[in-house]
Amino acid sequence: MKVNKVYSYWLIVPAGLIYVLLFLYPTAVSFFFSFTRWTLTEWEWIGFDNFKMFFEEPSLMIGFKNTLIFAVLTAGLKVIIGVFLAVILISKIKTKRFIRSTVFFPVLVSTIAVGITFQMLMHPSNGLINRTLELIGITGPDWLGNPNLAIYSIALVDVWKGVGIATVILIAGMMSIPKDYYEAHQIDGGTSVNAFWHITLPLSKPAINAVILLALIGGLRTFDLVWAMTGGGPGFSSDLIASIIYKQYQAGFYGLSTAGNVLLFILVACIVYPIFKFLTRKEVDL
Amino acid sequence: MRGKKIVSLLICVLAFLAACGGNPSSNEEDTAEGSTVTILIDNGQNALAGAEAIAEGVKEKYNIDTDIEVRPGGSEGDNVVKTRLATGEMTDIMFYNSGALFQALNPSQHFLDLSEEDYMNSIQDTFKEVVSDDESIYGIPAEASQGGGILYNRAVYQELELEPPKTWEEFMENNEKIKATQITPVVAAYQDTHTSQIILLADYYNLQLEDPDFAEKYTANEKKFVDTPAAVRGLEKIAELYENGYYNSEASSTSHTNALEMLATGEAAHYPILTGSLTELEKNHPDTIDDIGFFGIPGDESEVHGMTLWLPSGFYLNKEAKDMEAAKQWMAYAASPEGVEKHMEAVKPNGPYMVDGVELPVDSFTAVEEMNEYVEAEKTAPALEFVSPLKGPNLEQITVELGLGMIGPAEAAEKYDRDVDRQAQQLDLEGW
Repeated sequence: MKVNKVYSYWLIVPAGLIYVLLFLYPTAVSFFFSFTRWTLTEWEWIGFDNFKMFFEEPSLMIGFKNTLIFAVLTAGLKVIIGVFLAVILISKIKTKRFIRSTVFFPVLVSTIAVGITFQMLMHPSNGLINRTLELIGITGPDWLGNPNLAIYSIALVDVWKGVGIATVILIAGMMSIPKDYYEAHQIDGGTSVNAFWHITLPLSKPAINAVILLALIGGLRTFDLVWAMTGGGPGFSSDLIASIIYKQYQAGFYGLSTAGNVLLFILVACIVYPIFKFLTRKEVDL
Repeated sequence: MRGKKIVSLLICVLAFLAACGGNPSSNEEDTAEGSTVTILIDNGQNALAGAEAIAEGVKEKYNIDTDIEVRPGGSEGDNVVKTRLATGEMTDIMFYNSGALFQALNPSQHFLDLSEEDYMNSIQDTFKEVVSDDESIYGIPAEASQGGGILYNRAVYQELELEPPKTWEEFMENNEKIKATQITPVVAAYQDTHTSQIILLADYYNLQLEDPDFAEKYTANEKKFVDTPAAVRGLEKIAELYENGYYNSEASSTSHTNALEMLATGEAAHYPILTGSLTELEKNHPDTIDDIGFFGIPGDESEVHGMTLWLPSGFYLNKEAKDMEAAKQWMAYAASPEGVEKHMEAVKPNGPYMVDGVELPVDSFTAVEEMNEYVEAEKTAPALEFVSPLKGPNLEQITVELGLGMIGPAEAAEKYDRDVDRQAQQLDLEGW
């Protein structure tokens, strides 16, 4: 289909300039600097040495493992809890508006503030969480101090903080399902459980896919929450790829950390693109 | 040359970003009458109080105003400093570590040579060595020196009738007795990871006694931690305390402030840390500050027992200072005995000063007096980070793993060697 060009291409220049200067150019430059030994003022070409060194990083395997666990776990929980909440919140309950805002509220709080707050709440002996558990006779674990547990505790906080966005997207998706289907279902005498499995869930697939993708991408490059809560510790036990990169940047290894970022970019692209393709293949037109 | 172009373009972008995010107050117009000196310090309480005291003195004496800017400490602060130097946004005077961290800033490019100034004669050589390169001296001491070792609660010692240990064996015996009374023998504050490395770093006095050329060979990549028993010994000490159950439970949820509280209240007997913490200790627990004493990390023999010294941070003069005359006067005042005394009035010293003709005040901390005994007996050595540019950035995480029993001393040594190797290659040091 051919459309007559009404507008001049010159109109994209302002936006294009910003895009090139602030997005395209830094991306290209970072690819370049990932091959150098870089001190911010001087650089020296060292080929693939940075990438080699990045893969030799002793905590990298932990970082990869944690990043995947974190991304999959948070994305999964956000979808499950999000669907559950969305179904409740589109039904005709009285305090709907109030609950909707409460669910969304954590999204508005700064991640660092959430991290610091939960660091206090999760303190093994003085934290509110373990104090509460104590009241019902349970000795709570050392949520952030136990190296085997830390990454899961952070994932839970991330779910608490991010589930609001998922819920809102899912509510929007579910609201856009035409009422006719439900009416037809009712006339056929189906139960509401059936309606959920056979109408609501399949038809909100586009929304669910959006949530999965957003949560996965967010999970893969999470940094701030981990940094505020454990700094990657104890030891290296809750390090994610992003926190490893940050520590290298802190140490003044600018070339090395840039190489890490390039790798993270490739990793996110490699994971997210196929999933995107796979998920969108099964989408149904409403 | 194209690389240069890219770099300068990038710097423009960085400078632009820095200007956007920067502190607007630092760009305020200079007042016509007195001149103004800008200074960047870190966010430690002592740094601010000290800089304010000198600023006050300079104002009285020369009518020079001082605009103090505060940056974060630690490696985050290193980034701020490096970025501001690279973009030409540095203040007239800068407060920064001496030793290896300072050397990493490429001093000849950014700072003015002070070796010809009169006041340099009264500054001790130990300090001058760590703020110089081959030709020039760039810094003056900005605070007192600090001791690295163990702060202990003297009240607990008195009650249990213990003597401050002079050997590691005696230290462990004390710990055993302390443990029997339900008092925590040693606090580990691993929530603030940097505190976890002190036992190793402060053991350097013992290391250099046994292996005097370690620093040199280590820097030249001829010696590693893993094959130097005296170096691994420091790591073993961290592990031994864990194995015997001498650390507090909940170590990874204990912060530096918690640890000081435990020490001050007698809930714990020992806390391995720098004496710089005494200021915070006094502020939060003024009643018990006299109960706190200090000893160096004990070695194997009591006759040679000594401690590792942390040399003070310095003030450095930016080559591009806007008002060079005023900035020079500021530096001269800060280095003079008069300036140092003004500084001491505001900040009780956490160790001896590196300026000749300055005595510790009579009301010094008990711990500082105990520390000064080592200095007067000349049983001190500057910490490794002042004599070698090598300091792996992951050491604090490795020592946390060690102190929580996640790895053993041999594995820690190996991990740290790898960390240092990476640092040396990234900084392109000779011989690596």
